[in-house]
Amino acid sequence: MSEKTKPSFGVPGDEDVFAVAGEPAVDQAYLAAGNDWAQIIESQRERADEIIVINLGPQHPSTHGVMRLLLELDGETVMSCRPGIGFLHTGIEKNAEFRTWTQGSTFWTRMNYVAGIHNEAVYSLAVEKLLGVTDDLPRRGQQLRILALETNRIASHLTGVGANCLELGATSPQEVGLRERERILEFTEALTGLRMNNAYIRPGGVQNDLPDDGIDLLDELIKQMKINIPEIPLFMLDNPLFKGRLQNVGYLDLTACMMLGATGPILRATGYPWDLRKTQPYLGYEQYEFDVPVETSCDAYGRFKIRCDEMMQSIRILEQVRDQLVESAGEPYRVQDPKLEWPGDLTVGADGQGNSNEHIKHIMGESMEALIHHFKKVTEGFSVPAGEVYVAIEGPGGELGTHLVSDGGKRPYRAHMRDPGFNHVQALPIMTEGAMLSDLIMSVASIDPVMGGVDR
Amino acid sequence: MSNLDNNPNKPAKTDPQLTRPSLHTHLDQVLAATPDDGPVIGVRDGMWGPGYGSGDTSGFQGQHRIIQLNGNALPPFGGWFDDVADRMAALVPHFASRVLVWRDEITFVVLREKLLELVRVLRDDPALRFEVCMSVSGVHYPNLTGAELHAVYHLLSYTHNRRIRLEVACPVDDPHIPSVCPVYPMVNYHERETWDMFGIIFDGHPGLTRILMPDDWVGFPQRKDYPLGGIPIEYKGAVVPPPDERRSYQA
Repeated sequence: MSEKTKPSFGVPGDEDVFAVAGEPAVDQAYLAAGNDWAQIIESQRERADEIIVINLGPQHPSTHGVMRLLLELDGETVMSCRPGIGFLHTGIEKNAEFRTWTQGSTFWTRMNYVAGIHNEAVYSLAVEKLLGVTDDLPRRGQQLRILALETNRIASHLTGVGANCLELGATSPQEVGLRERERILEFTEALTGLRMNNAYIRPGGVQNDLPDDGIDLLDELIKQMKINIPEIPLFMLDNPLFKGRLQNVGYLDLTACMMLGATGPILRATGYPWDLRKTQPYLGYEQYEFDVPVETSCDAYGRFKIRCDEMMQSIRILEQVRDQLVESAGEPYRVQDPKLEWPGDLTVGADGQGNSNEHIKHIMGESMEALIHHFKKVTEGFSVPAGEVYVAIEGPGGELGTHLVSDGGKRPYRAHMRDPGFNHVQALPIMTEGAMLSDLIMSVASIDPVMGGVDR
Repeated sequence: MSNLDNNPNKPAKTDPQLTRPSLHTHLDQVLAATPDDGPVIGVRDGMWGPGYGSGDTSGFQGQHRIIQLNGNALPPFGGWFDDVADRMAALVPHFASRVLVWRDEITFVVLREKLLELVRVLRDDPALRFEVCMSVSGVHYPNLTGAELHAVYHLLSYTHNRRIRLEVACPVDDPHIPSVCPVYPMVNYHERETWDMFGIIFDGHPGLTRILMPDDWVGFPQRKDYPLGGIPIEYKGAVVPPPDERRSYQA
């Protein structure tokens, strides 16, 4: 750009380039257009104004997706932090109002896409509560749900701790995290047919039974995870650089957690052992032996450690679920109600996933009524009694809640998701104001927000 | 309308005979209302469309359904619901217009002028101690004239391990509800979202701006009169309309 055509932004007295037409200039805006740093620094020196406003994001790699942080910086000290969210808003709640109750599962799983199975679970539990069939779900259905939930929790935590390390510049733990997550996704694919966006847990049960080699795959998965997951805490927790970056960073004590509705690892890092799997059990979690890891440091280090410990506890649950699944082999895994049960069993054939041949034979060649029922259940769905419920489960991030309103029809009248990340992003200013810019990155990593869940 | 009101078989709303004697002394103060069948939020005709002549050839054109919400619950509500309702009524008399108990959950339909006073005691009273408001969401009932917009609060007590629901209604012409931010700071984002999606103005909120939609967006997307959007898709000469314009089951 030649000297003549170069814009003269940065020179005192210029108009405010960010102001609306006709609006008086309220502040000095600097626009770096190349080769003008000296000019900007000179004019800044004349103003003797040390506070600068920085837009971190919405495409910054360390903001865990499209989140924008409006920062006021004095040197490297964060004076003010205002999160801007909504870049990934996809209107899932509005869309759900135009689909059947079963289809809601496929939408809900796309909110927090890293922990999609938890979204499906809380949605399905809410629909079942509306239907009043919560206690009718057979034990095998509950066990398959817990199997899917706990593998998914480990996958989500692996992403969380891996990304946390990557933002420190430590790439190896992220590689370990991705490698182990890949193993889980492969198992999930064998179980549900898909790696992500599974729609495996649906109102009334789960989509399909464990595959024939499911127990063997699960055994191999548990064996590998028991060996490999401890690598991450072994690499990181005693590392002095890691401690220096994470300890006493992103401080949020119990009072602040209560004030800002923080849950999950953030709340448990204050020493409060609140885990909905223990305090308000669902899906028979009370029958499993596992501990609730707590830390008392209230900081990013404690949250990291809790995530590592929780993965080991999830493996403990998986080992117990494995034995239960062997015991309940062949039992029904969906609510035994022909008006509610999704028709047909999915199998993988030569041309991909689809209804089993037995089912196709039955509806196409043997029973006209079965064909009608199949058609009505898929296109029309089922009615749900009018009323409203709120169901909460312990997601990887914290309390995952769904508020459903039914008007007695085939589709939700109103469906709302309470995602823990939404509240945790709200807690960022109190964790970061007054701290260094580098600590802010660690604070964001320690709450592990997934913007798909925050923005929905 | 007037005929219905004069019907001798239908007791007047204020009939004292309907107020059941209760062991819980304060419950009478909770309930300004008497049992009812629940408000009607809509009527549906036919299977595909509104009745005869709508192009609905399903054979179910004559189907007529009244869509009704749950009716008022009468005390005793059962379990700790009574203790909580009792204590709430003792501290803030006449705070609710309706109480619903359904699927082991209790909902208090709170009068909006009592809301702030009520949440303060809900948080601070040792017998109640609902420390956290987990979620605020809106619901739009276009046919409930004078109470179209509802804000729904889900409270959690860590101390007692309990959950309750508060519901506050306001007319769409006067969409004001006091903000509970002074008591529950965590609802800041939730109230902004409810404003963004439903256009409920939370008075006293520290910065009620759009949060999920762009700042210059016009309209409130989650209201029932706001279209879903989408375009018709043509495939080999046939046209599939967008999801909110497709025919759908009315039942």
